[in-house]
Amino acid sequence: MQPNPPKTPRAILDAQGVTKSFGAVQALRGASLRVGAGEIVALMGANGAGKSTLVKILTGALRHDAGTITIKDRPVRFASPAAARRAGLVPVYQEPALIPDLDVGQNLRLGATPVAPFRHWVDALGVTGLRMDDAIGHLPLATLRILDLARALAMEPDVLMLDEMTAALPTDLVDNVLRVMRGQADAGRAVIYISHRFPEIARICDRATVLRDGVTVGDLPIVPGVEEEVVELMLGQRMTPAVAATGRSAAKGTARLSVAGLSLGSKLAEVSFDLHAGEVLGVVALEGQGQDELFEVLAGFRRAGSGRISVDGTPVAFRHPADAIAAGLTFVPGNRADALAMGRSVRENIALPGFAAPRRWGPIAMQAEATRIGAAIDRLQIDTRAQGEVRRLSGGNQQKVTIGRWIAHGVQTLLLFDPTRGIDVRTKRQIYELCRDLAAQGAAVLYYTSELAEVPQACDRAIVIFGGRVVAEMPAAEATEAALLRAAYGLAVAT
Amino acid sequence: MSGWLRRNGWVAALAFAFAALLVATKIIQPGFGASGLESLARAALPFAFATAAMAVVVIAGGIDLTVAAVMAVAGVTSAVLMRDWGVAGTVPAVIVVLALGAVIGAINGAAIVLSRAPDIVVTLAMMYVWQGMALLILNGPGGTATPWLREVILGGVPIPGLRWLPQAAVVLAFALALVWLPLKRSRPGLSLYAIGSDQTAAFRSGVAIGPTKVLAYAVSGLFAAMGGLTLTLSTGVGEPIPGPYLLAAVAAVVLGGVALTGGVGGILGPIIAVLILRLLRLDLTLLSVDPNVTTIIEGTIMAVVVMIGGLLAIRRKRA
Repeated sequence: MQPNPPKTPRAILDAQGVTKSFGAVQALRGASLRVGAGEIVALMGANGAGKSTLVKILTGALRHDAGTITIKDRPVRFASPAAARRAGLVPVYQEPALIPDLDVGQNLRLGATPVAPFRHWVDALGVTGLRMDDAIGHLPLATLRILDLARALAMEPDVLMLDEMTAALPTDLVDNVLRVMRGQADAGRAVIYISHRFPEIARICDRATVLRDGVTVGDLPIVPGVEEEVVELMLGQRMTPAVAATGRSAAKGTARLSVAGLSLGSKLAEVSFDLHAGEVLGVVALEGQGQDELFEVLAGFRRAGSGRISVDGTPVAFRHPADAIAAGLTFVPGNRADALAMGRSVRENIALPGFAAPRRWGPIAMQAEATRIGAAIDRLQIDTRAQGEVRRLSGGNQQKVTIGRWIAHGVQTLLLFDPTRGIDVRTKRQIYELCRDLAAQGAAVLYYTSELAEVPQACDRAIVIFGGRVVAEMPAAEATEAALLRAAYGLAVAT
Repeated sequence: MSGWLRRNGWVAALAFAFAALLVATKIIQPGFGASGLESLARAALPFAFATAAMAVVVIAGGIDLTVAAVMAVAGVTSAVLMRDWGVAGTVPAVIVVLALGAVIGAINGAAIVLSRAPDIVVTLAMMYVWQGMALLILNGPGGTATPWLREVILGGVPIPGLRWLPQAAVVLAFALALVWLPLKRSRPGLSLYAIGSDQTAAFRSGVAIGPTKVLAYAVSGLFAAMGGLTLTLSTGVGEPIPGPYLLAAVAAVVLGGVALTGGVGGILGPIIAVLILRLLRLDLTLLSVDPNVTTIIEGTIMAVVVMIGGLLAIRRKRA
């Protein structure tokens, strides 16, 4: 138990020493969060700190292993989101919890939400022209998030929990949300505010509770200049690994991939960068800052609103993933299951991209293929009876297949989305080496990672995206965790 | 009204197509009148209940392969009970059969919720269970149907001016409305749509996923039992071997504007789709088209209509 900070009003929500394990993985090892009447508390932590697990426990989507949670001094243990709601804790999730095929009125009836207060809050939050028979599926995302919030407010909860509420909202609606939240707190309610945007936190929050590796490591009042302390708490005393990358700036001249002024709705704004052959360019961003959309546009999954993409100086327009592949852009998704034929052997998975195109259909030159793939497997150091199914490999080995198979086939531009998520340290190192090898062969690699510590090890250079914009660019040598995290939270980078 | 039309455009189009088909039938066969309408309604009755049973589950995001088998269980049970309990026991027999259908459906739903296996797998297994059950109750066609109850689905409405309206159609409309209208307007009914539309959002909105799924299958079982009962009434005997109702129901549900992915559609569309499919078959027979060609035409029409529906959905999404 940690001592409560002084001058804190009566606690409405008090969670102490909460733990939760998923199999061998301990996601929470002692998380505490205390929110008093009239308070807005920011819940902060780097990716993987255990924030979302704690949120799921508090809202009844998961059950904790140990620890106590009380609401208004009554111990609670929620069996479902409905139970959490009845106890007075109403969450607003990042993904609106509205049923797309029902209309607004039906969604209200489903959750037994009173209509008049709902209307009041919709107006107060600045959404106009809403009709009760509007189908949810036809409304824009920003409106849905406001409706979800208005529905929560109409329930008059004791504790309101907002998860990245302002992501995907235009500025005027953000202002309305912040104003209404402050009003809720002033009316004596408790608000938990989860956000990656420090300027907003500084504007409305009273305190920040910081999680790291599943433990609450700090509880600080928000005062000017507290940002640095929060960043340090989030990082902890982690060992800074040796910089493996050479940090050399790659060859200049025409960029392999050049992105200029790329915009997409409220997700991407004027994103520009160059990626050269032989270079690994890191992309750093906290969740939901537009990196998913950036990779989807580059992989041809969706079209950008405006902007230009050039490959080797030639402007390209992707209408289909096949166009991106034809232009030499290879996307490796974060979810390994999306990239591999899980039921087939390692050999087949490595060979697959080689005859994916119809013009390559026909008899396979078995001997040549076997040599090529054998060499790739040796290079990957996959511990395998190589004929086995890929699904039997460890996650790390699977990921090595998704990346390493491009060594066998040659690749011009590789788009890697969080390739090391959930794999062990040794395999991570091997993946960094694979990226470096591919770059040495002349490939250009765009490397998004949710782990900041990787950037100096795997990349030559890094860009940071915040709120859909590139807010910082730095060489690997300068890309310390602290510098990246500051930029990723939208704090000015000292240069 | 214009709002209703916009949101139920598919149902309106189906109703228009049905009306057009009726006109076409009258042209092909000038003698088509009240008796033709009556036999159409009576033939469509079991198909319509099977379709309603399927539609409820598909709206809730599942699929029920037991529909025809449950109809067989209900059909033989009603035939046996009406034989054994006689005229006086007819009403209790009907109540028992309908309750049995709801219980069977609830068992299907509970099996899915508890096993966490996909709906299609569990209901495929349960289909064999209920098929066997029907044969245990009656291992060949048998039993009887109480004459006065049979009269209920025979002939036209005995009111001057309404004699053209088949009683079978009235029974259908009444039975479906009695269950579906209150359900659709209630929270459990909205929950059916919610779990079919987006299960995560439904869970987070406080919908109890498991019980809602059981409810969907229970209502489906109830409709299937109505279908089995009317089948026994129209033939006069209980038939333990399931009829061709399962795939016909899936076809009508799809044609009727219910998305197989769940959450979209209603009961009215699929019911009109059943009538269209039955009437189409009648017309093709009247035109003395080779029965084998008839099925090809039916399938082609279905494919084309579903494609049009898909194109409309894509255009609406783009707009």
